[in-house]
Amino acid sequence: MSSVGERQEARGTVQEMVGSRLADLSSRLSGRQWRSLDELADTPEFQAWVEDEFPERASLLTLDRRKFFQVMGASLALAGLTGCRFLPQRRAVPFVQAVEDLVPGKPRYYATAVVLAGIGTGVLARSNDGRPTKLEGNPLHPGSLGATDAITQATLLDLYDPDRTRNVLRNGAISTWDAFLADVRATLASQRAARGAGVRILTGAITSPTLADQIQRLLDAYPEARWYQWEAVNRDNVRAGTEQAFGRPLNPVYSFDTANVVLTLDADPLDQMPGHVRYARDIMSGRVVRPDARSMNRLYAVESVLSNMGATADHRLPVRPREVGTIAVAIARRLGLDVPGVTISDAQSRWVDACVADLKANKGQCVVVVGDHQPPALHALAARMNEELGAVGSAVSYTEPLYPNWHDALGGLSELTDDMDADKVRLLIMLGVNPVYDAPADVPFGKALKKVGCAVHLGLRKNETSELSRWHVPEAHSLEAWGDCRAYDGTASVIQPIIRPLFGGKSAIELIASLAGRPRDGYQIVREHWRSALGTADFDRRWRRAIHDGLIEGTEFPTVSVRVQSPDRSLRGLSEAIAPGRSAGLEVAFAPDPTIWDGRFASNGWLQELPKPITRLTWDNAALIAPSTAQAASVADGDLVELQLRGRTVVAPAKVQPGQPKDLVTLHLGYGRSQAGAIGSLVGFSAGALRTRDAMWFTSGISLRRTGRRYTFAKTEHHHAIRDGKINGTQGRDIVRVMPFAEMEADEQDANHAASHEPAHGGEHPSLYPRDEHAYDGHRWGMSIDLSLCTGCNACVIACQAENNIPVVGKEQVLRGREMHWIRIDRYYEGDPDDPTVHHQPVLCMHCENAPCEPVCPVAATVHSHEGLNQMVYNRCVGTRYCSNNCPYKVRRFNFLNYANHHDVPIKQLLQNPNVTVRGRGVMEKCTFCVQRINAARIEAKKQGRPVRDGEVVTACQAACPPQAIVFGDIADPNSAVSRAKRESRDYSLLDDLNTRPRLTYLAKLTNKHPQLEKSA
Amino acid sequence: MSHSSHASQPTHGADRELLIGAHDYGTVTDRIAGVVLNQRGHPLPWFAVFALAFLLLNGMMLTITYLLYRGVGIWGINQPAGWGFDIINFVWWIGIGHAGTLISAILLLMRQQWRTSINRFAEAMTLFAVACAGLYPLLHTGRPWVAYWLFPYPNVMGMWPQFRSPLIWDVFAVSTYMTVSALFWFVGLVPDLATLRDRARNKVARILFGIGALGWRGSARHWSRYEAAYLMLAGLSTPLVLSVHSIVSFDFAVSVLPGWHTTVFPPYFVAGAIYAGFAMVLTLAIPIRAWYGLKDFITDKHLDWMAKIMLATGLIVVYGYVMEMFFGWYSGNPYEGYLIKNRMTGPYAPLFWGLLICNGVVPQVLWSPRWRASVPVLFAVSLVVSVGMWLERFIIIPVSLHRDFLPSSWGMYVPTLWDWGMFIGTLGLFFFLMFLFIRFLPMISIFEMRDLVLRLRGHRSESREPIAKSTEVEPV
Repeated sequence: MSSVGERQEARGTVQEMVGSRLADLSSRLSGRQWRSLDELADTPEFQAWVEDEFPERASLLTLDRRKFFQVMGASLALAGLTGCRFLPQRRAVPFVQAVEDLVPGKPRYYATAVVLAGIGTGVLARSNDGRPTKLEGNPLHPGSLGATDAITQATLLDLYDPDRTRNVLRNGAISTWDAFLADVRATLASQRAARGAGVRILTGAITSPTLADQIQRLLDAYPEARWYQWEAVNRDNVRAGTEQAFGRPLNPVYSFDTANVVLTLDADPLDQMPGHVRYARDIMSGRVVRPDARSMNRLYAVESVLSNMGATADHRLPVRPREVGTIAVAIARRLGLDVPGVTISDAQSRWVDACVADLKANKGQCVVVVGDHQPPALHALAARMNEELGAVGSAVSYTEPLYPNWHDALGGLSELTDDMDADKVRLLIMLGVNPVYDAPADVPFGKALKKVGCAVHLGLRKNETSELSRWHVPEAHSLEAWGDCRAYDGTASVIQPIIRPLFGGKSAIELIASLAGRPRDGYQIVREHWRSALGTADFDRRWRRAIHDGLIEGTEFPTVSVRVQSPDRSLRGLSEAIAPGRSAGLEVAFAPDPTIWDGRFASNGWLQELPKPITRLTWDNAALIAPSTAQAASVADGDLVELQLRGRTVVAPAKVQPGQPKDLVTLHLGYGRSQAGAIGSLVGFSAGALRTRDAMWFTSGISLRRTGRRYTFAKTEHHHAIRDGKINGTQGRDIVRVMPFAEMEADEQDANHAASHEPAHGGEHPSLYPRDEHAYDGHRWGMSIDLSLCTGCNACVIACQAENNIPVVGKEQVLRGREMHWIRIDRYYEGDPDDPTVHHQPVLCMHCENAPCEPVCPVAATVHSHEGLNQMVYNRCVGTRYCSNNCPYKVRRFNFLNYANHHDVPIKQLLQNPNVTVRGRGVMEKCTFCVQRINAARIEAKKQGRPVRDGEVVTACQAACPPQAIVFGDIADPNSAVSRAKRESRDYSLLDDLNTRPRLTYLAKLTNKHPQLEKSA
Repeated sequence: MSHSSHASQPTHGADRELLIGAHDYGTVTDRIAGVVLNQRGHPLPWFAVFALAFLLLNGMMLTITYLLYRGVGIWGINQPAGWGFDIINFVWWIGIGHAGTLISAILLLMRQQWRTSINRFAEAMTLFAVACAGLYPLLHTGRPWVAYWLFPYPNVMGMWPQFRSPLIWDVFAVSTYMTVSALFWFVGLVPDLATLRDRARNKVARILFGIGALGWRGSARHWSRYEAAYLMLAGLSTPLVLSVHSIVSFDFAVSVLPGWHTTVFPPYFVAGAIYAGFAMVLTLAIPIRAWYGLKDFITDKHLDWMAKIMLATGLIVVYGYVMEMFFGWYSGNPYEGYLIKNRMTGPYAPLFWGLLICNGVVPQVLWSPRWRASVPVLFAVSLVVSVGMWLERFIIIPVSLHRDFLPSSWGMYVPTLWDWGMFIGTLGLFFFLMFLFIRFLPMISIFEMRDLVLRLRGHRSESREPIAKSTEVEPV
């Protein structure tokens, strides 16, 4: 702390000393006054002069000694200014004067929000001495309820990305903020006469009220200017669908917790829809089966790509995307709606009948959800079905759109491109978008962009678009700047910075404000916006409350009461949405990548290395095809195939994906980027190169041809043995236990009748050795994971990675089987390769009572703690790897190389959690049950002279889990949540017969199949 | 020697074939000592093999340098296969060493005279093989600079090693083995070093051999003490023949892994070790006796007996394979059952079938006395067995690891160039040391050969006809 103080002091003296020497310099700045070196350094003339390698047209050789010292002194002063950026400089109070309630070494949490495609998820950011090191869900925020998803967790890594832009760039060369402002303001001024006819603003989907307000003010000043919102993964169909149904665009908001039956039509509310973190909690809360909660919802999923929703659903119907409409119409017809008749197969018919029966029996407690990628007519049809089923007002409600100025994203981008191409655009401001990469292939945005004189790109990193723009302005990360956003239901949150911009970036709000000539700090802008929005009465208290809570109370959008319009309007275009029978030939579908989305996270190592749900691919995308299609085309897993669609060609590796509909190639977007830094460039292939305006999501007519070359995927799971036309991913082993809900109830009732209290499980195996080698007199930490609730979303994996300083190892190391994740989600297929059942099972260190790893370590580097944790002593480990060989669960991870070496990238050091050791080369590591969190809770409890309370220790994986499948606590306390879970009849240990007696046990997965469909399944 | 009391007893017919040609004390000493003392008489193959071995040794040094610089990640090991070439080669080399100890100790105690002409270089082979093996446990650790923590020594950390771990037993077993083998070998050398000291013309050689001879003068008291010491060392070594590889097998048998957790391992590993060791002795003896004209001493009878031992131990090893397969099925344990299936039909199936052919099928030719008498066949079989035993360790280690309990964590093990570099490098080290030994120390025990002459022919042997017709050509 004192060193910071000294540095501050030293800087002061340098400033004084240099200040006098800069007298001459300041006279060069047209007599402008400057109060601090910061301000001085910010003037464009000065920056240009200093940064120019050969300053001011005068060669260094011609400088006299005095002038030379002036230059040196100025550079020195600047070096002092740029040092130690991660501490807020303006209020850098030396820690010798202790800051009130700031305890050095103790983390502090700040409520803020993370935004994906405009939708905010409330988080609590942990700050260790000024460094954000972890994001936790905000329990108060409706979009989070304390949980997060993998992408939200991983945005933390973007903050410390060494590839982030550090300077304002003009045509790729270093420039200054002031030079940028001067140029853009001049362009704006020249547009004033034309009322801004040549000005365009392109943003992603935004919900930020302040930013929308800022942009609106700019548009007010330049009425002819246009503002477009573009997302490659956009919600145009929802917008058009609700407009078709209700006459105006609306935002559907679901309350899945009220639904007994959920039918999804190519929708993934668990993983992809806005609000999916909350939706996962709500949907899975209907599947929590405990002694006090004895019911289970039933999930039906019609889908075109095997998603986590389909894997979780009780009944899944794989169909091609164009057939989703057919099935939907068949269901609608059986619900009694006036829709055209369709022909579906017998198997599909039985499926539909069961589904309809359930929907009808649960009127008012069921809901139909359509995926964002399905055509508008289907959204309108779903609105009608929901109305018919009485879901409106209970499981689904409608609010005003979340996005201000919500328009057709695709139409807008096309219009903009046409205008640019027609030389109508003089100034284009692009905020955080990358249309050069992600625009449809027939929208030549890149070509048109070259015609725009003053193109401005604001972004965290250089990308394909910034390369073609005149100006590239470094963007402040959302953890570095003030802002705001709305959640899926409209609830507004204020985004507060946790750290000063590491690379001096600007937020979108600040940029727009500066252009409009009001260069103020983001804090003032956001605060003033909310002061005017909320009113001045009691504003300070409300503002403080909003900052503290992470949301502004009462800002969720009110439900609007609407009726679906008459069928001739609302069902318009439905017949086109129905697949014309059994069309011949191959179809193609595009989908956002489960980890890197539309490519915006391509530079994020955590997300790149995160095994994608279902496919378990890392660092790659693939052309997914069904086993039967692969056989017909004689394509094997890993064959490079040439995909041709309307004259456009892409070469992609094929992956044979069980559960993929026949005759369909699914391509994930976001890969094949050319300018995504060291991590994301030239990884995978660009599916977007085949995507056109008329086929944004799916179409037919794609052809697939083998090239004869092979490709190796970096998969984290390699096997799905197919035998007798059946997949048996678990090799018939007792790994994932599954039982029908009805059967479990019957069993338990029988057990109760027999008055037997003997648990049906967990019988101890006979052993020659003493039962309890370790005596425990205190806590005994244990965990329970409910396999019924795990959706395989991967949030826990990234949460663990962030909490425990787990390094990214890169594709080449994953190929060698050396990924480092401490928790992994095992995925097993079972049954028919074309329609398998999928099981997810999170596996982490089991903390066995009889741990096979412990006795084999020659140096006692892995030992049992007095609380039953299986501990790894890193600095004792010599790295024989015997423990890992002897671990039946293979949860140990070895530092084969120096993966955690941050010496070459010092900024990565800021990311590290100081309470977790960073492991060096040659050392074994594994899950610790977040021992640092246990210890923190213990210390807190000791200070207060009480035992650790149940629920006080929350592991990182547990905290992140949206459906709350993970329970952790003290099994010595019979009343703890984990003890209660372990007393359930469906509790079981993995590889129980080895008698390792794991502290982590699982609750068997329950299924709730419709009786009529059970036999066929 | 302990068997001197039997010197006057009649010799068995077979024993008569242990020495061929008209040899007396003088010719025996001349012939063996001549290899060392006449440094000009080394055949071209010596230089060829030595040069190649030296090259490979340098390759190993480079590999080790890079290994220490980058870490064990340069190898093909991964999750789930935490061990690969490192432990395969460790076990392989340790196994090879076993024939030497068996020949020197057990055959000595059993008074097998045919050990006399092969024990010296078999012991040297043991020593060098253990040296090669010893490199691996050290270098396979993630942090070799703290590998000394495996030794129990007083330290400020107040930490002992973990005595429950088989790796600690390994440390004791292998270090004891190395020490006893070195002592045994050296004690046996003392009288011969004295002979060389007395015969050497070169002053430096005289001094060096003199130091090694420890003042040996051949007095009766020297002989008496020598024989007591040698016998005691033989007694010490004998349990080691059984214990070292048993303990090495505990590295696997103590674990829970299917394919490792097997009670048959200790005897099966010991038999395998002797099998591999005799194969290596044959591989070395056959060319060397030809290059140095030592066929009078290492006779076809020796080769025949070694082949028989190979056949016997090979059958024990095959029994082990059969039992593993049988119990994989009979146990009803799905993991064991899958292991056997995976060995036979999995991605490494060719190696498994190769193993059965190398260790199970090919050595059966040794049943035939005619084939046993053919030196090229013996040489080929011994090479095949060496390969087979290496494959066996591959099957046991990575093939068991790569698919264990949870199919989700299954993987593949593919060795990298650095793995091969290290393996071939230790072959270089082995042959480098072996060929230095051949050139600078008596590769056959001179005094024991003289003792053999005495026992086969008595004191009046000088004028006798040769016991068997010499097949020997004069040394090159």
